[in-house]
Amino acid sequence: MSSVKDWAAPNPITENRGGLIGKGVDRYEGRLKVTGSAPYAYEVDAPSRPAIGYMATAAIAKGRIARIDTRAAEASPGVLLVWSHLNAPAQAPRGTRANPRSQRPSNPVLASDRIDNFGQTVAFVVADTFENARAAANLIEIEYAAEPGVVDFVASLDQADQPPGEEDVHIGDFPAAYAAAPVTVDETYESPVQNHVQMEPCATTAWWDGDKVTVHTSIQMVKGGQHALAETLAIPSDHVHLLTRYIGGGFGGKGQSYDDLILAALGARALGRPVKLAYTRQQMFHGTIHRPAVSMRVRLGAQPDGRLTAFAVEAVTHCARKAIFTEHAANFSRNLYAAPNRLTGHRLVQMDLPGAGPMRAPGEAPGMLSLECAMDELAEKLGLDPIELRIRNEPDVDPETGKPFSVRQLVQCMRQGAARFGWERRNPKPGQVRDGRWLVGMGMAAAIRGNFLLPAKAGVRIDADGIITLRQGMTDIGTGTYTILAQITAETMGVPMEQVKVEMGDSDFPPAPGSGGQFGAATAGSAAYDAGMNLRKALTDLAVGDPNSPLYGGPAEYVTFENGNIAIENRSETLAALVARAAPQGVYVEGSISPAADARDYSQHTYGAHFAEVGVDTVTGEVRMRKMFGVFAAGRILNAKTARSQVTGGMIWGVGTALTESNVVDPRYGSFINQDMAGYLVPAHADIVDLDAIFLDEADDKANPMGIKGVGELGICGAGAAVANAIYNATGVRLRDYPMTPEKVLEGMLAAGL
Amino acid sequence: MRPFTYERAADALSAVKAVAENPGAKFLAGGTNLLDLMKLDIERPTHLVDVGRLPFAGVEDVNGGLRVGGAMVNSKLAAHPRVRELYPVLVRALVSGASGQLRNKATTAGNLLQRTRCAYFYDTTKPCNKRQPGSGCSALEGVHGAHDAIFGASKACIASHPSDMAVALTALGASVETLTPTGASRTLAVQDLHRLPGDTPQVETDLAPGELITAVLLPPPPEGGQVYRKVRGRASYAHGIASVAVAGGRVALGAVAHKPWRAAHIEDALAAGASPAEAAEAEMAKADRSDRNALKIALVGRLAAAAIEESKTRRVA
Amino acid sequence: MKTTITVNGLARTLDVDSRTTLLDALREHLGLIGSKKGCDHGQCGACTVLVNGARINSCLSLLAMHDGDQVTTIEGLGSADNLHPVQQAFLENDAFQCGYCTPGQICSTVGMLQEAADGWPSQVMEDVAGLVDLTEAEIRERMSGNICRCSAYPQIVAAIRSVAGDAA
Repeated sequence: MSSVKDWAAPNPITENRGGLIGKGVDRYEGRLKVTGSAPYAYEVDAPSRPAIGYMATAAIAKGRIARIDTRAAEASPGVLLVWSHLNAPAQAPRGTRANPRSQRPSNPVLASDRIDNFGQTVAFVVADTFENARAAANLIEIEYAAEPGVVDFVASLDQADQPPGEEDVHIGDFPAAYAAAPVTVDETYESPVQNHVQMEPCATTAWWDGDKVTVHTSIQMVKGGQHALAETLAIPSDHVHLLTRYIGGGFGGKGQSYDDLILAALGARALGRPVKLAYTRQQMFHGTIHRPAVSMRVRLGAQPDGRLTAFAVEAVTHCARKAIFTEHAANFSRNLYAAPNRLTGHRLVQMDLPGAGPMRAPGEAPGMLSLECAMDELAEKLGLDPIELRIRNEPDVDPETGKPFSVRQLVQCMRQGAARFGWERRNPKPGQVRDGRWLVGMGMAAAIRGNFLLPAKAGVRIDADGIITLRQGMTDIGTGTYTILAQITAETMGVPMEQVKVEMGDSDFPPAPGSGGQFGAATAGSAAYDAGMNLRKALTDLAVGDPNSPLYGGPAEYVTFENGNIAIENRSETLAALVARAAPQGVYVEGSISPAADARDYSQHTYGAHFAEVGVDTVTGEVRMRKMFGVFAAGRILNAKTARSQVTGGMIWGVGTALTESNVVDPRYGSFINQDMAGYLVPAHADIVDLDAIFLDEADDKANPMGIKGVGELGICGAGAAVANAIYNATGVRLRDYPMTPEKVLEGMLAAGL
Repeated sequence: MRPFTYERAADALSAVKAVAENPGAKFLAGGTNLLDLMKLDIERPTHLVDVGRLPFAGVEDVNGGLRVGGAMVNSKLAAHPRVRELYPVLVRALVSGASGQLRNKATTAGNLLQRTRCAYFYDTTKPCNKRQPGSGCSALEGVHGAHDAIFGASKACIASHPSDMAVALTALGASVETLTPTGASRTLAVQDLHRLPGDTPQVETDLAPGELITAVLLPPPPEGGQVYRKVRGRASYAHGIASVAVAGGRVALGAVAHKPWRAAHIEDALAAGASPAEAAEAEMAKADRSDRNALKIALVGRLAAAAIEESKTRRVA
Repeated sequence: MKTTITVNGLARTLDVDSRTTLLDALREHLGLIGSKKGCDHGQCGACTVLVNGARINSCLSLLAMHDGDQVTTIEGLGSADNLHPVQQAFLENDAFQCGYCTPGQICSTVGMLQEAADGWPSQVMEDVAGLVDLTEAEIRERMSGNICRCSAYPQIVAAIRSVAGDAA
């Protein structure tokens, strides 16, 4: 078990002699991506031409298949197999685990006649071509015996229960303090089901060699996919070789595997040839997870000077009956503002919708949409600037646990952001600023997102040509992982970037937990750093023990690694020369990271502040962004370029959250009515105007040996609330129901007589 | 997508005959809507006659107006110097629609004949009288009211026509020229091309089977300013919740009916000296009010009034 | 059915199912995986290629419709050791993350720059009969048919500005 005390000591990353840490180097795999030559899961070279799979999906939300007729599909040209629950291959029962240390249980497909959600896979066709497979799937006739289900979240709030194993957090006496508070806010905020809409739909290409299967699939977690497939097929984990080298977006939605992985593998086994299968865009909406709707009640009680005395954040959310998941939308509020009397908790409705699950910043992303607007509402009641209100409630220690913060620059983020954005231009009185047909307003919000470190391993080898290759069962979903691992390895080893190769996304490599929860860079990177340090030790031993090395005889503690050389003062040689001579077969070592027990003594988060300026069309209620700026503090930044892209990308997700994104459930059918990219509107180029972000200087030596933290999710946290607050400042219309579409804004304007 | 045979039409008349004689045949030009629907198994042609390369892709000056080929792609129509000079409302409607890529493919005739974007029409698991006559209209009690028709809808269908271009053409008083299977040509006003849903929402236009739109005829531009405004959640690349085209004293509304909606009450009121707001009110008073569309009616009224006001300050062609 | 197209300068004759889209022909029959299938319905732009110089969604076009056409895909613009200026600008500006929309964004950029150079109008022009000034607002509007869910939009606009500046 490591300790934060070990992490505080200087090391090659924190010393950064090569200057690679923080440098905005181009993406490691960038040339492959801009030339279209990076093969994604559906595009890999298979041993022979793959047959093509296509899924048919359920048209009801709950019930069973009363009759299924696949004869026409079977007779359709080019069809190689058609499976339904009647003839699908045997798979391990759902939820079972047979292999040791399996991270995921069995998840069989076509296992029974039961339908648990609209869009569930009910049949599978494999044909010689995509055209034939799709046509045959459309010929399958199904009769359902439908049953009533719980599909309307708002109508089902009374069915909400405490999530299994969770309790509310009470500190002090909230009811009494709230009742006594001279200034209060009590409002409920709603956010809808949202969808990841990764550009690459989930896909798998699979083939078998004897009793071992190779699968290329689009997944964020290498081991999770490998284990899920092995359990489902009831084969040993090491009979599954899973590869996921390029991933067209994940955002949490590919944290688990889906039916494509199982069906491609089963199909390839049955046919004795490679099979590949992709979800259609439409199938992605129901066939993979979504962010659940959240209803949040926020109650704030403050003294006239703005100090909070009573603070309650309560979230109601939902999940699928068969896949319990709680969107912990209130958790972030436990660490954000000081208040002596507190109540936070969650309630969960189990529904007959597709599975709810993690989506970029689960918890914070929907959660902050409420509190960060409530703070805006409270600031106005108090006649305080929203930044000043937050500063007056800045805690000295974690407001719930009393632990010290590892590092916390929230106030600095807000102050710097205000200055850079031009917050002083904001008229605190709403509805005052006109620009032609537009009403213009500004809003801000704080950002907070937890920081995590998970166990991980990494392997690194150096070959006789001096090339250093990092291997890790890690993934890059667009986050920049290839690039930062190359930077970490190069800086640790004191070599130029060109001397480093990174190989990832392979279940044969030392495991890392994958991409998610913005833990990827710190977790995978720390293991890579440790592997590099172990390689330094191995090479040091090699050099000082080799009579032919200029370093022969040591002292080992004075060995340095710089500019591709290993040296003791002016005695040096290149790494390539050392390895070619002393270990021509190469040197391979592994490293690892595990969380430090004493890291739990600190409250550890990433922080930021968002500033948004919007125009609201006074005729139509359309909201258009005019400017957005974010300031973030997230530990040491590994790559200025890719880190900025991560947080600005998150901010743009906040814009989508605030303005357009919503999967609307039709309660009559239990399905999302918008199930394509013309109906579910994510931001387009034209929506994003003058948007930028900066990072504050920071290093968090309680986080990991490198003092870095995650940035992938911080950018979305609070961003939508800043936009919502800007809409209010523009119009004087306070909306509490996301997204703030033209209809809702107009409705508010009409009610206000605008 | 069901199997089909494909032929590239050699000339217009043989294309028209090929489609007229084969009930499973359809014209294919840009394909941006037809292929979209074929992939979803909503359109199921057994034979496609590709008319995309027939020589109907030019713009000619005719009697002070223009004659636009039916196969001309939207982007080239919008970029044509004479169109930009004479019909800014049409250009603005065209470039408000879809994306640069789609406009490079979608044709004038195809744009007019595109089908509704009603979410229930697109979801083949739901009843829809357009897709399956007699199955019912799930939009009637549906959750997505933004694109609902507020004029001329029926109990069988409340879908709206999604075209931007057609709204501008309606305001401009344009007509289409067609070739019929007999080889005869006929002309009908754009505002008469599409039908209201009635009991047969699956029948969307007054074109006969096999009848091909070969051209759009634009009369000389009207006196007065031209404006096109479209409302949508996203700033670009999204279907409109509502739109309005103003060309002098003529006004048409989009995404409000089964067809591009000529706002005759607005025009009459304006001609009688009403203010833009009063004129818009006159039209909206005739809307099909329901408990779910009050907001859309308010939106369209405000939009129309604002656009008419704006047209007073806009360039006159 | 038989169709001959010229792809990235090479004449290719394919005898495939009439239902084959241009996108699937490129990806499945010609091994050109750079053009991506993000939605298959013209709603994302990841499949954008240039046909006779004009950008289109290759997913909403049948191969058969392109007999005799000149098709340029991302593979025809440049290679990893010889990047097209737009590819280079995307690389330097970090104008992509997951990379799946990127070939479409780049092909669309090439087509868009030509459209702007030809003076084609857009909806953000004050006067649609006026001259095109390729401002950031113009770039954003003209590129809106290419969705980037990673949301690299600011960097994509910066990349395009850098090459549009070079061209001017």
